Amino acid sequence: MLLFTCPNCGPRDETEFHYGGQAHVPYPENPADLSDVEWSRYLFYRENPKGVFAERWVHSTGCRQWFNMLRDTVSYDVHAVYPMGAPQPATATTQQKGA
Amino acid sequence: MSADLLPEHPDFLWRNPDPKSSYDAVIVGGGGHGLATAYYLAKNHGMTNIAILEKGWLAGGNMARNTTIIRSNYLWDESAAMYEQALKLWEILPEELEYDFLFSQRGVMNLAHTLGDVRESIRRVGANKLNGVDAEWLDPQQVKELCPILNTSDNIRYPVMGATYQPRAGIAKHDHVAWAFARKCDELGVDIIQNCEVTGFLKDGNRVTGVQTTRGTIHTGKVGLAAAGHSSVLAELAGFKLPIQSHPLQALVSELHEPVHPTVVMSNHVHVYVSQAHKGELVMGAGIDSYNGYGQRGSFHVIEEQMAAAVELFPIFARAHVLRTWGGIVDTTLDASPIVGLTPVENMYVNCGWGTGGFKGTPAAGLTFAHTIATGAPHRLNEPFSLDRFETGALIDEHGAAAVAH
Ligand SMILES: Cc1cc2nc3c(=O)[nH]c(=O)nc-3n(C[C@H](O)[C@H](O)[C@H](O)COP(=O)(O)OP(=O)(O)OC[C@H]3O[C@@H](n4cnc5c(N)ncnc54)[C@H](O)[C@@H]3O)c2cc1C
Ligand SMILES: [Zn+2]
Repeated sequence: MLLFTCPNCGPRDETEFHYGGQAHVPYPENPADLSDVEWSRYLFYRENPKGVFAERWVHSTGCRQWFNMLRDTVSYDVHAVYPMGAPQPATATTQQKGA
Repeated sequence: MSADLLPEHPDFLWRNPDPKSSYDAVIVGGGGHGLATAYYLAKNHGMTNIAILEKGWLAGGNMARNTTIIRSNYLWDESAAMYEQALKLWEILPEELEYDFLFSQRGVMNLAHTLGDVRESIRRVGANKLNGVDAEWLDPQQVKELCPILNTSDNIRYPVMGATYQPRAGIAKHDHVAWAFARKCDELGVDIIQNCEVTGFLKDGNRVTGVQTTRGTIHTGKVGLAAAGHSSVLAELAGFKLPIQSHPLQALVSELHEPVHPTVVMSNHVHVYVSQAHKGELVMGAGIDSYNGYGQRGSFHVIEEQMAAAVELFPIFARAHVLRTWGGIVDTTLDASPIVGLTPVENMYVNCGWGTGGFKGTPAAGLTFAHTIATGAPHRLNEPFSLDRFETGALIDEHGAAAVAH
């Protein structure tokens, strides 16, 4: 069981949260203008890094608020928790990779 | 009844050669799919100057970690054709590979617990029959007769309302499958190279010409990626993207018991599946952990929930103990179907996205992927499973339809 720190409620068990996948994927500004390839990128393609990943979680059995998290997909360590809409914070690992 | 005795641990079945400086084709990933691909490349296409490059030990990834359920009762024509081809190959492979890997056609049952399940199941039985896949609908009484230890009374939260049953489905011994393919590959001249991680690709324009590895540079005319959970990482190195998310998938076994469980039982709704391995362990699994993960481990509540479901369905398991739990890294797609075909890079091919259910597909993945690599074009069976289906929209949605996705 992972322990996550909800920005509103503090540390809670993983079972109180739901996963929302990759963060920072904006809805296309003009969906009708997208080519099939661009539309498929928006619908079906997400980053799948081995390492630090910016992802969304919702505290579904607590405050029911969404937030973003930087989590390492190998060690499962949480590097940062930050609000929806805020830019992705830099971490040592993401800087190293120049991502 | 007593548990089947496993054969003695065999002597080394393949050479451990140093990599040559060049091959006609290189397969990245020495799991079941990489092995089967190399086998069919050598056997069906006469390509014997080839190598399998494996970053760890042979078949130590998902091949060593899966729960070995083999069935072909998928809903859609494309999937039924692919998985039924695999099942037909499973039926002849022990003889062809001259290795009894304990393929046991003890049947697989997919339980229905809601009216929705019942309707979907009966529809799937119909679709299966039209595709020549053996399938039956069982009422609760027939379920009980086939698997007496199942609780089919209505004193549980989700009573068993029936099940689909595929008699030709079953399980096999995964390690032995890998060794069987490895021995034949080796006999046919394939170099199996372990502890050899692919770290980059050599390209001439958009054409792949070689691989960089932890054991040096290897030149090659063709590259086949069969890296399961690490497919995205390799695609990234090669300069393209895959619509894959890697997740932990866990399983567990109990201590050894006398044979009590005659078949394989899967329940999508209460989310557990159980078989009894040849040695006697109860083997259980369920769904993926929700988050992306390359850690080969998941969270304990996932184990807890599947055991709760198992105990409700099989009251006699209440006093069994968990002996071991483990996790693999599964490569999931949005339509729960694999990707086998060409990539945006010339002479590079990909087999991935088998997710939680690729063990059963091993021989068909190998057969069709080998065809694709050798001829540069997909086999009839994997044509629908191309990467560009995510652009054309011709998805093969096996999510609910395939019952629990294993
Ligand atoms: C717990 C669990 C239960 C499952 N149960 C079932 C089931 O009941 N039925 C079923 O049909 N399927 C099941 N599956 C799914 C099945 O195991 C997989 O779909 C299948 O094994 C994938 O193909 P593979 O054997 O080639 O993968 P793997 O054995 O994972 O092979 C991929 C190989 O690529 C190697 N590799 C990765 N990166 C590199 C690199 N850079 N260089 C060199 N090598 C690399 C890895 O080390 C690995 O050995 C289950 C999976 C898990 C984890
Ligand atoms: Zn909260």
